[in-house]
Amino acid sequence: MEIKVIRKVLDVNNTMAKQNRKMFTEKEVFVLNVMSSPGSGKTTTLEKTLSYIIPEIKSAVIVGDICTSNDANRLATTGVSVVQINTDEFGGDCHLAAHVVEKAACNLDLDAIDLLIVENVGNLVCPAEFDIGEDAKIVVLSVTEGEDKPVKYPLMFRVCDAAILNKIDLLPYLDYNREEVLNNIRQVHPEMPVFELSAKTGDGFTPWIEWLKSGVNRKIAG
Amino acid sequence: MHEMGIAKQIIEIATSSIPGGMEDIPVERVNLKVGKLSSVVPDSLRFCFEILSINTPLSGADLNIEVVPILARCNECKFEWTINEPIFMCKNCKSGSIEIISGRELDITSIELENK
Ligand SMILES: Nc1nc2c(ncn2[C@@H]2O[C@H](COP(=O)(O)OP(=O)(O)O)[C@@H](O)[C@H]2O)c(=O)[nH]1
Ligand SMILES: [Mg+2]
Ligand SMILES: [Zn+2]
Repeated sequence: MEIKVIRKVLDVNNTMAKQNRKMFTEKEVFVLNVMSSPGSGKTTTLEKTLSYIIPEIKSAVIVGDICTSNDANRLATTGVSVVQINTDEFGGDCHLAAHVVEKAACNLDLDAIDLLIVENVGNLVCPAEFDIGEDAKIVVLSVTEGEDKPVKYPLMFRVCDAAILNKIDLLPYLDYNREEVLNNIRQVHPEMPVFELSAKTGDGFTPWIEWLKSGVNRKIAG
Repeated sequence: MHEMGIAKQIIEIATSSIPGGMEDIPVERVNLKVGKLSSVVPDSLRFCFEILSINTPLSGADLNIEVVPILARCNECKFEWTINEPIFMCKNCKSGSIEIISGRELDITSIELENK
């Protein structure tokens, strides 16, 4: 005997994400979900980004890490509030789920901030599937990774609203094919902006910071 | 990589879908739709389901996965096609403004109980 069900497997997460989105909208906080492979430079990019936008944009960060607090310590030196989530406690998960972000956000004064940055767990597969209630998702890719990452992980590059191509300071030392990676990104998500920058030197940050600020301002304006 | 968590959700939803009074009838099959663009690997999902369903009403049930192709529609020229390679541009007019109609599914569609 067949019993019809028709339910989304991720219903629980989607419902929680919707609640988060409602809470963040009420608090007028722009939420950015930052994803990448381990080592692409999420933390470094965020440290540099924060140095350019604070104190103008009041910000806080949630960092998901499998078991250390190194990233949180690095980000805390910028002077913003940082909440560290060790996904270990939740079963060694490879992504941040909406309920985990909700729990972390409870430790922040959302009335005091306009921007909440979430550094997701380093992984190009799972985080792409889990909505956390964010306003924008970005993916960081670095020139020390393969040019074919966008076509190997199409879901990640489809769901994101912008991509950062990091570590361009290293280009002179590599045989990296920049055109090829840009073409691959364009094939998977033709309309997505790509910011080529170096989190080490700060090169190329202007368009990225403008993009981020305009997102925050749109959210605050309602 | 997150197939364990997904399998756990499937078991919860399927278990709570068994109608009252039928809890003792073995579940033979759980039918699932998984889009080709979703991040789930069917084989590892089946493996996780098998392990996690032990000692639940779904123990021994077969996880039947229907893989759903990626269908797209162009917002400009309305052309519809199946995406088989990671190229998300209109096959007809090359526009990058497209809609994914299917391929992201991760849905339970039904459960099948043994016929007495
Ligand atoms: N040369 C160079 N190294 C970078 C850059 N951004 C990050 N790194 C280095 O890459 C490594 C990983 O960076 P991290 O920010 O921890 O990556 P995450 O795992 O994505 O958070 C560190 O050693 C950084 O110093 C960059 O723009 N240029
Ligand atoms: Mg990091
Ligand atoms: Zn078209």
